[in-house]
Amino acid sequence: MSHVDDTSAPAETPRHRPSRAPRTPMPERDAAERARDFDEVTLGYTEEMARGEAERCLQCKNPTCIEGCPVNIDIKSFIGRMIEGDYRAGVAVLKERNALPAVCGRVCPQEEQCEAACVLGKKGEPVAIGRLERWLGDFDLACELEQRCVPEVGADSGKYVAVVGSGPAGLACAGELRRFGHAVTVFESLHATGGVLTYGIPEFRLPKQIVQAEVGLLEEMGVEIRCDVVVGATYTLDELMSAEGYDAVFIGNGAGLPMFMGIPGENLNGVYSANEFLTRVNLMRAYEFPKADTPVWRGRKVAVVGGGNVAMDSARTAKRLGAEEVFLVYRRTEEEMPARREEVHHAREEGIEFKMLCSPAEITGHDGWVTGMVANRMELGEPDASGRRAPVCVLDSDFVIDCDTVIMALGTRANPLLTKTAPDLELTKRGYIVADEDGATSKPGVFAGGDIVTGSATVILAMGAGKGAARAIDEWLTSGSR
Amino acid sequence: MFPIVHTRQLSDAVFEMGVLAPAIAAKVKAGQFLILRVAEGGERIPLTFSDWSAEDDWIRFIFMRVGKTTHQLSHMGVGDSLADVVGPLGVPTHTEGVGRVAVVGGGVGAAVAYPVARAMCEAGAEVTVILGARNKDLLILEDEFRALPLKDLVITTDDGSAGRKDLVTAPLKELCEAGALDHAMAIGPAIMMKFCAATTRDFGVPTTVSLNPIMVDGTGMCGACRVSVGGETKFGCVDGPDFDGHAVDFEELMSRQRVYVEEERLSDAEYHLECSCHT
Ligand SMILES: Cc1cc2nc3c(=O)[nH]c(=O)nc-3n(C[C@H](O)[C@H](O)[C@H](O)COP(=O)(O)OP(=O)(O)OC[C@H]3O[C@@H](n4cnc5c(N)ncnc54)[C@H](O)[C@@H]3O)c2cc1C
Ligand SMILES: Cc1cc2nc3c(=O)[nH]c(=O)nc-3n(C[C@H](O)[C@H](O)[C@H](O)COP(=O)(O)OP(=O)(O)OC[C@H]3O[C@@H](n4cnc5c(N)ncnc54)[C@H](O)[C@@H]3O)c2cc1C
Ligand code: SF4
Ligand code: FES
Repeated sequence: MSHVDDTSAPAETPRHRPSRAPRTPMPERDAAERARDFDEVTLGYTEEMARGEAERCLQCKNPTCIEGCPVNIDIKSFIGRMIEGDYRAGVAVLKERNALPAVCGRVCPQEEQCEAACVLGKKGEPVAIGRLERWLGDFDLACELEQRCVPEVGADSGKYVAVVGSGPAGLACAGELRRFGHAVTVFESLHATGGVLTYGIPEFRLPKQIVQAEVGLLEEMGVEIRCDVVVGATYTLDELMSAEGYDAVFIGNGAGLPMFMGIPGENLNGVYSANEFLTRVNLMRAYEFPKADTPVWRGRKVAVVGGGNVAMDSARTAKRLGAEEVFLVYRRTEEEMPARREEVHHAREEGIEFKMLCSPAEITGHDGWVTGMVANRMELGEPDASGRRAPVCVLDSDFVIDCDTVIMALGTRANPLLTKTAPDLELTKRGYIVADEDGATSKPGVFAGGDIVTGSATVILAMGAGKGAARAIDEWLTSGSR
Repeated sequence: MFPIVHTRQLSDAVFEMGVLAPAIAAKVKAGQFLILRVAEGGERIPLTFSDWSAEDDWIRFIFMRVGKTTHQLSHMGVGDSLADVVGPLGVPTHTEGVGRVAVVGGGVGAAVAYPVARAMCEAGAEVTVILGARNKDLLILEDEFRALPLKDLVITTDDGSAGRKDLVTAPLKELCEAGALDHAMAIGPAIMMKFCAATTRDFGVPTTVSLNPIMVDGTGMCGACRVSVGGETKFGCVDGPDFDGHAVDFEELMSRQRVYVEEERLSDAEYHLECSCHT
């Protein structure tokens, strides 16, 4: 298409003259250098870069970007405030919809969301909306606590809500509930908050300090956080609502159960689930061993099975732990890989080798340790249910990949620990919690959202679900029905 | 933080510790375990509940000093606090209707065997306890076991310094041969459980073992604790720790327990260096 259509033509603010400059590149650390440590890869825009990039925005009359955002952030408006230089107002616009802009600005797949919908993208390159969001988020985090954009806490409602899980869904829900004036306790089974943001996504992509600062802000808003509580073990759902006295519960416990392939050799030493590998490194800080107590096996030749963000994170982490060679073993092609483009690009730059169209058939070992992997070649056949062409095994095509470590990044499922102690909660066939669009479950007063409802999805969808459920919980608590 | 309210040294390397943890104390059942972290930066390690009091809000566990974390623990006392205690985790041991049962506790496994034997007695089972240790000094909880209404308490040591000079499998085999068992439960080092299960297999006596694979979260999230049982992969922390001893792949378990031996040695050595410069 050569013309921008009329409805989205620029012009609302006559004074804004969009810049014609190309999209501002993100400053990044050199690939060879960064692949040796865990410091953040991307450095973020300077104020000048951020202003320059914001200036590219057309301030459309019909801003299509907003539709592209899963939680409909008023993108045009926050960029507008940046153009005017009123950053705090920009942060406030972001925070109306997104409690964690510094996080989402770093990890959202913008190229499929807001930026895919940006008018400028039709002819050229879209506004770097994600990078601007990150810049504003970081601007807010860099302020003294009193100067930060802290959502106003509502007048005490006298109601108590328990939030299970401190991932993006739980955190967003907790913050929003405080705005309505309800008392909130977040129960987290691990010893640290943040969910996947803390144990899964590595430091070099999302510094843990950011997650902890956001949690600190929630505590500032009066959210009580209780780590080391496994709901389903320490308390059941019913106990939370009876003996513990909570009027409502939000379940945001994620989909944390790792999947394996069921092939021979999977229990050899040197085979990890991505969850275990990343948890050891991120949550337990095994990369600082022996300063931190938890070890991780540092392979020299590492094969990572999968093609999503989790696989990219595992591969890049293995590289940083000192692996000489890291292969990504994926059964389709790069085109079908669900990982964010930026991460695929970063992985390639860091020397991760892609072995496409192959699928492991067996892991071989000696003396209990991995020595290699037998894989089959695949080819793409007819599209499957996901719309992607299904990989089909090529007969007699097996070959050997020499490796001493295998990381299975095949996705995760619902963990039954909580739900099996709550028999009246309706589940799907695969064990996810059934909830309507407001997050209400089959059990009165119990709401759910995030990966435990949708299956593994994204940070922003989990956050949106947590926030939406908070509104439904508020309605339920104040009107006694919904 | 979880305040330590009790410590007791049971043998040269085995210690008992009590910690205030009201929510957990209200819930524990025999055979379940906890995960603790001594302090920030520490490892998460699983230990079995040896005793608990819902009225007085405490839980207890017994640990053997084997590496850095258990060394650190052994240096803590009343007035100190643990950073994290999580639980109760795992499926409780099946203690109802076990009939005539032998509970075998090897080494520090006696600590786990004690609450199990007690719960089985309370459930009306006819319980014989077999305690095994390398020598007299390593024998723990003998008095506690003697205070239970057991059918019999048999003690074995490798060197004969207490009880019979035998392995635990000898009295276990005699009970099997006499047709005196409906069930057996073995708790201890993997190698001991393996031989107990091998002993009872020929007699068709169903045998439960309490496995101790390496764990991280203890809630089913990481898969570190994978064990093979009857050809199927199970997660030790949520599907167990108890499994059918006749179906467990013990070789795999023992191999997996050794993944980090090098790192563990390094960690412990560094810790001793640190300790010695402080004292
Ligand atoms: C390695 C990795 C990389 C990813 N990269 C991206 C990315 O780049 N961009 C993106 O948008 N998405 C990414 N995702 C997906 C995204 O992180 C998830 O969709 C999102 O975190 C889901 O949020 P949640 O709040 O539903 O669950 P989680 O983040 O999983 O949080 C659930 C929390 O609940 C706790 N919990 C579980 N059970 C209990 C219980 N019984 N009692 C108490 N607490 C409990 C857990 O410990 C955890 O802290 C990635 C995921 C992984 C694993
Ligand atoms: C379900 C379960 C219940 C247990 N109950 C008891 C108990 O009641 N009393 C007791 O003394 N011990 C018990 N253990 C074993 C105990 O967890 C280990 O001895 C402890 O983790 C050692 O830590 P360390 O740092 O002192 O030693 P390290 O030097 O780290 O390890 C020594 C050995 O302990 C094992 N181990 C190390 N880390 C872990 C880990 N994170 N999870 C499991 N095992 C590990 C390994 O086999 C290792 O070779 C139990 C283990 C499990 C899985
Ligand atoms: S970000 Fe793109 S779609 Fe949105 S207002 Fe600016 S130019 Fe228009
Ligand atoms: S210890 Fe992580 S799944 Fe069992």
